[in-house]
Amino acid sequence: MTPAPPRLVAEGLTLRYDARTVATDLSVVVPDDRFTVVLGPNACGKSTLLRALSGLLAPAAGRVLLDGAPLSSLPAKERARRMALLPQTMSAPEGITVRELVHRGRFAHQRVLRRHSASDRDAVAAALEETHVADLAERRLDELSGGQRQRVWIAMTLAQDTPLVLLDEPTTFLDLPHQIEVLNVLHRLVARGRTVVAVLHDLNLAARYADHVVAMRSGAVVAEGPPSATITEPLLRSVFDLEATVLPDPLTGAPMVVPADSRD
Amino acid sequence: MSRPLLLGSQRAHVGVDRRELAVCAVLLVAALGLGFVGLWAGDFPVTPGEVAGALLGAPFPAVEPIVYTVVVEWHLPRVVAALVFGAALAASGAIFQTITRNPLASPDVMGLANGSFTGMLLGLVLLGGAWAGIMAGALVGGLVTAGLVYVLALRDGLRDFRFIVVGIGVSAFLAALNSWILLRIDVETALFASAWGAGTLNNATAGAVWPAASVLVVLLLLLPWGVASLRQLELGDDLARSTGLALDRHRAALLLLAVALVSAVTTVAGPIAFVALAAPQIARRLVRSPGIPLAASCCTGAVLLLGADLVAQHVVPLTVPVGVVTVVIGGAYLTWLLRREMRTDR
Ligand SMILES: Nc1ncnc2c1ncn2[C@@H]1O[C@H](COP(=O)(O)OP(=O)(O)OP(=O)(O)O)[C@@H](O)[C@H]1O
Ligand SMILES: [Mg+2]
Repeated sequence: MTPAPPRLVAEGLTLRYDARTVATDLSVVVPDDRFTVVLGPNACGKSTLLRALSGLLAPAAGRVLLDGAPLSSLPAKERARRMALLPQTMSAPEGITVRELVHRGRFAHQRVLRRHSASDRDAVAAALEETHVADLAERRLDELSGGQRQRVWIAMTLAQDTPLVLLDEPTTFLDLPHQIEVLNVLHRLVARGRTVVAVLHDLNLAARYADHVVAMRSGAVVAEGPPSATITEPLLRSVFDLEATVLPDPLTGAPMVVPADSRD
Repeated sequence: MSRPLLLGSQRAHVGVDRRELAVCAVLLVAALGLGFVGLWAGDFPVTPGEVAGALLGAPFPAVEPIVYTVVVEWHLPRVVAALVFGAALAASGAIFQTITRNPLASPDVMGLANGSFTGMLLGLVLLGGAWAGIMAGALVGGLVTAGLVYVLALRDGLRDFRFIVVGIGVSAFLAALNSWILLRIDVETALFASAWGAGTLNNATAGAVWPAASVLVVLLLLLPWGVASLRQLELGDDLARSTGLALDRHRAALLLLAVALVSAVTTVAGPIAFVALAAPQIARRLVRSPGIPLAASCCTGAVLLLGADLVAQHVVPLTVPVGVVTVVIGGAYLTWLLRREMRTDR
């Protein structure tokens, strides 16, 4: 750990949509250069937290600090050059090609009237390569399978080329091999010095890939720390109401969750 | 093929790819051709050679003063008005449709047309029929309506669909108000007002057109700065912002530009229907682009309005307001579009 304060910190956030308050006094520290996984049951506020961390949702109270400065004080493009967010649901114009979509991730690096630059082209090519969709580059997004599409969206986020990458359920539509592939991509990013935050629902994959786990329930952080300290039987009970046995993963020794057999 | 001929990156910046350039080039040639017809056709017989002479001077033979008057002082303003107004209406529609992500959004559907008409009627009634009063009334009416729709729709966050529903509601209210005013005023004024309210280029005289066209050309020249923002907006609010668009500021600026474009047209020509609605969608199909191509929309709008005005002046037996022709064209187009889209959905 470096002595410098972490780049992304949330302090005492109150998060609400209109009248519905999702979280009060929520504080999160995102460790630099680590893979942080946010866990929690549906509707507990994971997406809301990510939206607040990335500046999409202005907190009703509290503040998010990016590199020590309040996020709200940063110009949008400056923020987007340091931090990317892949939301849980996305839409794209009908008929857009994969390459064109991924290219739109470059917006923060472009000046308004300048034509394409070599660095844009390289970043797009690298992102397509990284997510194994380079051979789909000229295809239309709406003619791809759900899993292919998901990887294209991740490519767009990677093309943004930011030191901090936030992804809301990046593996949700993927089969297991592709989930592993995406997580390996994220792992490589971390190994190369990026900070990654992802919402995941698969506890076993989270346990294997996470350096740091943030477990949430009802808008509050219930536990924070390495998987070995957070993915435990009591915690699964208190966060998910899940009865489970936690064993060491025979391959890596990370926690492995085996749900109790609750069939009638 | 819809496959970009250049790298996709080419399109994302200036918003013009090769296919769009080709479509624009064809449309500009069509505009030139129609423009020539517009300069030439009319009750006063002039030859094509005289048109060229009046317009370009030197290499062509000199023309009589009356020919010069007919071609340059009467016909030219109207042709320029049709081209520039058509481009402006189309650009306005393209911005509205991209921001709301709805192909049915356009300034006329959103109530701006009826609002301008209300303002025009009030200017006519309260200020006694001077052109300045009519134009000021139309301008203020359009802007106030736009502000009203924006505030009503914005209340807690701009939601795409509510924006349109609120616009339609306001529009319907203003239409009723306009009918009521028309019934109150004397027949002659009501007839004049109705012609204006249908959208017409009959008032496109040199004195009215040159100031409006100058303003519009300046506004249209601002469009390239908006293209990149519009492309990001197509991705939805969340992605637009997370990729670095200052969403609220850019969306407000673009809406303001769209409203300014349509208002400047309306002050001179009244609310011309359907160009703003149909031109962007036609352009999108010609270019086969994922989003709405701004440059091609402008070219389509220019050709559409000029073509419609020529039909209104010279093809139908009695001269009708161009707005009537655009409604017919637009209505036919929309029906065809909906039928086709319904069929491909099957
Ligand atoms: N746009 C919105 N407007 C109003 N309420 C919302 C909105 N988005 C989310 N909520 C509410 O906020 C709460 C937290 O939602 P959030 O999307 O953060 O949950 P989540 O943990 O990401 O769930 P999931 O695992 O299902 O994605 C939920 O009760 C949800 O109904
Ligand atoms: Mg979520």
